[in-house]
Amino acid sequence: MTELSVSVSNANGPIPQTPLPEAAPKVTARGLNFYYGEHHALKNINLTLGTHRVTAFIGPSGCGKSTLLRIFNRMYDLYPGQRATGQLLLDQTNILDPKLDLNLLRARVGMVFQKPTPFPMTIYENIAFGIRLYEKISKSEMDDRVEKALRGGALWNEVKDKLNASGLSLSGGQQQRLCIARTVAVRPEVILFDEPCSALDPISTAKIEELIQELAEDYTIAIVTHNMQQAARVSDKTAFMYLGELIEFDDTNKIFTSPGDRRTQDYITGRFG
Amino acid sequence: MNPIYVSRRRNNIIVKFLCLGAAAFGVTWLALILFTLFYNGITGLNLAVFTQDTPPPGSTDGGLRNAIIGSIMMTVIGVGIGAPLGLFAGTYLAEYGKHDKLTSVIRFINDILLSAPSIIIGLFIYGAVVIPMRGFSAIAGCLALAVIVIPVVVRTTEDMLGLVPNPLREAASALGMPRSLVIRRIAYRAARAGLITGVLLATARVAGETAPLLFTALSNQFFSLDLTRTMANLPVTINNFVQSPYAYWKQLAWAGALLITLTVLALNIGARILGAERTSK
Repeated sequence: MTELSVSVSNANGPIPQTPLPEAAPKVTARGLNFYYGEHHALKNINLTLGTHRVTAFIGPSGCGKSTLLRIFNRMYDLYPGQRATGQLLLDQTNILDPKLDLNLLRARVGMVFQKPTPFPMTIYENIAFGIRLYEKISKSEMDDRVEKALRGGALWNEVKDKLNASGLSLSGGQQQRLCIARTVAVRPEVILFDEPCSALDPISTAKIEELIQELAEDYTIAIVTHNMQQAARVSDKTAFMYLGELIEFDDTNKIFTSPGDRRTQDYITGRFG
Repeated sequence: MNPIYVSRRRNNIIVKFLCLGAAAFGVTWLALILFTLFYNGITGLNLAVFTQDTPPPGSTDGGLRNAIIGSIMMTVIGVGIGAPLGLFAGTYLAEYGKHDKLTSVIRFINDILLSAPSIIIGLFIYGAVVIPMRGFSAIAGCLALAVIVIPVVVRTTEDMLGLVPNPLREAASALGMPRSLVIRRIAYRAARAGLITGVLLATARVAGETAPLLFTALSNQFFSLDLTRTMANLPVTINNFVQSPYAYWKQLAWAGALLITLTVLALNIGARILGAERTSK
């Protein structure tokens, strides 16, 4: 067997090779299929996101990992001609139910995108806006919530003196943390990260990765990434996808040290993708 | 030196010269027009232009007060009717109806309307409003101007909303924001400068329109704020005065033309400033 290009370790040294204990299921997919018009983009996906676990999705471009993420909050509903079949549960709620209130679903399942997307308003308003969608609270309560959210996004110390500055005035990494804070502010249960660091420099990336691990204490997290080191660093579980299929889904340290499938091994050793 | 390079250099100089010449040719005429306008307009511009109404034939005093007020009123009302309709229609095309088949049909028709000669629009309102109302009226003039404003604003609104990055809409939706809020609070906000620019340009466009008013508001020698009757306005007054035999009327026409030009210039500069603000963000 070739030596793997990715070493698995964290601050405390190599992660021991014992399987993670089972976490209570938060999101469960059974026989999930997805179509862009006629194109069958996801084929019979079965997996479970464990509560308070970080699950990474890796695979070559076009393998369907972002597509899968965008089903979890029904983002695909914004566009015509896209549909999902099968079963997808958030706790006991059927995410694919056509009668489901999408706004309430998205309040429970937040999302952070590849490019930072601050709203064209002040830093304070960027956070307060989302909260006001769901709650009517006083100005002082709102101030507390905004501060808490910005602390949650590890941004408070950098922006506390300029809350009225435009969100667009921040650097790329700060903007991305603002987006994370904004997502956290509405108190979701699951947070989806769609390549959150691909537009950021290494230092900003490190801050966001650290943040993701902290967030896992309170939220269930799914992250799509092209960066295998990143998947190895931040996640508990890793799903390898290829051509619309879920090839392998296991503990991250197992995937990166002794993958069960030849294709997984080829991918993480850089033979394709 | 390499012969290929020499011939390229020669071609480059020729093309550059042709382009420069063409630009200079165009700008020269524009400069001449503006110079003549300022030269003749400034002499006619005095306080009486703003304080006195249009004179009766043969008189050697009088101003353009009624025409100025009439033009402002009809332009404001016309834009007031046309701009919201254009904004809503443009929003439909760019947001709600983006994937509908109907959208391309509407866009095509809007493009036709956009390039329709304004005299046709004047005739349309003549047939649709003036004849049934049995008379020329300021409100018919307002409607004609509104019909000209609508396609301009539809177009700019759709284009400006089209420039709002889709991930921004997705991010807003991902927070659980309903569609209408995403549009009103996020997309409009992001496109604000562009949307205002569109309305300003539409205002500039109709401020000097003559043809649609000839068949609708006509003109009025006297001061009137009554929307159901004819109303004086700068373009038609200029048109009438230029053709008159009286030197003083001709002078007033120059002054009126200068006023319209300055207004349009100011609106365009305003639009430019807003546009710069938009791109610098």
